[in-house]
Amino acid sequence: MVPLSWYLMFAAALFSIGLFGVLTRRNAIAILLGVELMLNAVNINLVAFWRYSDVMAMAGQVFAVIVFAVAAAEVSVGLALVISVYRRRNTVVADELDMLKW
Amino acid sequence: MTTELLIWLIPLPPVLAFFLIVLFTNKSKALSHSVGVGAAFLSFLGAMIVFVRALGVEHLGEHPFESSIPWLPTGETWLEIGVLIDPLGAAVLFFVAITIFMIFLYSVGYHNFGQPAGDHDHAGLPPHGATVHGHTVPSVEPMYSRFFAFLGLFAFGMYVLVISDNLLTMFVGWEIMGLCSYLLIGFWYGKPSARNAAIKAFMTTRIGDVFMLIGIAFLYSVTGTLSFREIFNETTLHTLASVPTGVLGLSAAGLIAVLLFIGTVGKSAQFPLHVWLPDAMEGPTPVSAMIHAATMVSAGVYAVIRMFPLLTAGYEGHGLTPEMTFVAFIGTFTAIFAATIAVAQNDIKRVLAYSTISQLGFMIAALGIGAYVAAAFHLITHAFFKALLFLGSGSVIHGMEHGVLHTGNHKVDPQDMFNMGGLRKKMPFTFWTFLIGGFALSGFPLVTAGFWSKDEILADAWYHHHYLVFGTLALAAFLTAFYTMRQITLTFLGEPRTEEAKHAHETPWTMTTPLVVLSFFAITYGWVGIPEKFPLIGGIFPNWFHDFVGHTLAEVPKAPEFSWIPLLTSIVVALGGLAAGYFVYRNVKTPAEDKLQIPVLKNKWYFDEIYNAVFIKPALWFSEVFVSKWMDKGFIDGILHIFGPITGGVGSAIRNYFDVPIINRLIGDGSADATWWVGKNLRPIQTGRIQQYLILSLIVIFVVGGLLYFFLLA
Repeated sequence: MVPLSWYLMFAAALFSIGLFGVLTRRNAIAILLGVELMLNAVNINLVAFWRYSDVMAMAGQVFAVIVFAVAAAEVSVGLALVISVYRRRNTVVADELDMLKW
Repeated sequence: MTTELLIWLIPLPPVLAFFLIVLFTNKSKALSHSVGVGAAFLSFLGAMIVFVRALGVEHLGEHPFESSIPWLPTGETWLEIGVLIDPLGAAVLFFVAITIFMIFLYSVGYHNFGQPAGDHDHAGLPPHGATVHGHTVPSVEPMYSRFFAFLGLFAFGMYVLVISDNLLTMFVGWEIMGLCSYLLIGFWYGKPSARNAAIKAFMTTRIGDVFMLIGIAFLYSVTGTLSFREIFNETTLHTLASVPTGVLGLSAAGLIAVLLFIGTVGKSAQFPLHVWLPDAMEGPTPVSAMIHAATMVSAGVYAVIRMFPLLTAGYEGHGLTPEMTFVAFIGTFTAIFAATIAVAQNDIKRVLAYSTISQLGFMIAALGIGAYVAAAFHLITHAFFKALLFLGSGSVIHGMEHGVLHTGNHKVDPQDMFNMGGLRKKMPFTFWTFLIGGFALSGFPLVTAGFWSKDEILADAWYHHHYLVFGTLALAAFLTAFYTMRQITLTFLGEPRTEEAKHAHETPWTMTTPLVVLSFFAITYGWVGIPEKFPLIGGIFPNWFHDFVGHTLAEVPKAPEFSWIPLLTSIVVALGGLAAGYFVYRNVKTPAEDKLQIPVLKNKWYFDEIYNAVFIKPALWFSEVFVSKWMDKGFIDGILHIFGPITGGVGSAIRNYFDVPIINRLIGDGSADATWWVGKNLRPIQTGRIQQYLILSLIVIFVVGGLLYFFLLA
């Protein structure tokens, strides 16, 4: 059986890729994609820990399912916001979307 | 009805009458006096039944009527109150019931019931008379109902005092009477003299009462009980007598007895607290005067008689204890001292007032030398004949007021004996009864009650070798006979000295009936106490009084053996005094001819002036100058006046040097400035760019996480 640490390393790598994407990409949609990667890295962790601990306890699986549902909802809201922003400002570059301050 | 229940009920009718009159019937004079007299009669009836039943009990002294109820929880035990009728209580109840009932009856006549309301009468002032068909006739007292209400309350207090089996309820009755005496002396509150007299009486008796209360508290703290029967058992008395207190070398029993005795000094107007009683004659009526003088003051003597076992605890029969010496001295001194003043008084009521003080002194002196039965005997006979004399003097004054109304000359004082004279023809009932009362007071030999009781005191003093007491009392007895005869001579004998005296009038039956009843007792009551060894008539009647009352004490006192010397002395002083009084005053027409109007006696040995100078003036000075001017206005206000500027200065200093610069500027404005500065300088990091925020938070996480890792886990 594949050792647990491999899963964890894989999840950590996936998370870091996602985080890198979130921090560096200029396109808002790309940032959303990075967020999705980070969420999925968490899901891998959850499922891995479930599989390697008490299999009869369902908490890990249930958590993963909830994270999917939340991610789906979040992406739909996020994309709707991006479309709305694009319509108003005619751009999806994150650096230009600085209405929070200026 | 059991006797005990009946005793409980005796005081109730008068107090019910009091409330009934005050609350409901006060508009109707007839209804009010019916309620009052009716209540007095019920109590009288109850008292007589109790008295008769008490006579029928063998060894009443050992087995008195008693009953008690728990009343006040005191920690683990209850303070019990109850009633007790022992031989002394029964004898006192007898005369109290009779005199109180007589007072009620007499008041109806004295306050002119049935006469029209006066033309110009005001509540709070004596009635001035009314005009009917051109004649001036006496008018009814405006506050008639109120008087009966007060009398009812007074009777309640007296009955409570007599039937109590403990010091506490006795003291309650005692204080109720103190209140009533205040109310009755100040009954005509429109007169300044009456107001002052009321306050004086109240304050003076209060001095005694405070000491008495201290005595009661002391007694309770030592014995844990206030019940007479429990205090007076052999062991308790012995304990009390052997506990030293360190105060003047008195034992606990002695100190308590002296404290309680000071209460009596106030109540019974003994020297030096005697000053209130003569002024109490300002009391509107001889009736109220008589209440004070014949009934209430007896309560004081009664209290000492009750406390006799305490007073004499540790007394072996020879050599008086210090407390007894004190009591004997006060009594003897008062007896002679008041008698000398009475000689020079012209107001018919004041003479009687001083004579009362003097006679009470006889009783106190008797108690001081251990003559228990003699004191009780004189207490009762004195109550009868002094009540008779006061009511008689009231009748005389009433008759004289009639004369004053007739002539219309209101300048004539109807109480001044020099305005009287020859009243024996105008007022025969009053004259004969007054004569009986006066002779009883003087101790007219063999016939009158006063002779037997006074003789017993003298005999006791002689028998126990208290020659100083004996001599002084004999002299006082001489003076008593002298001023009594002076009074009778000036009032009733000779020719009328004024127009008013010529038109004096006999008083109505409600006033004369009590006089007749009381004169009966003023004569016959002495016969129940004739010593058995008395020549000729001794032994015809048994010495009932001595046997009966003597058994109140655990150890029955022995009657003094017969001796001719005190007997002859009392006969000589009585007859000599009477004769001297008659011959000196037979032809005296005006006060100027009266050789005995010596200023020092006339002015009562200047006691009012001395007290004024020693107590009242300093008290006024203390309150007006010292407390008000110096302490309050000078010191206290001065401090306040200093504190005002100081506080103001401190306040503005705090404001200028602390509040404004530190609180307002530094903390108030400064915190705002600091916040603003911090905000201004932190503002640049808020770029509004999400990704920069994320990087920042990532850095923070790394830093914090690194620190946590480094410090906690590593």
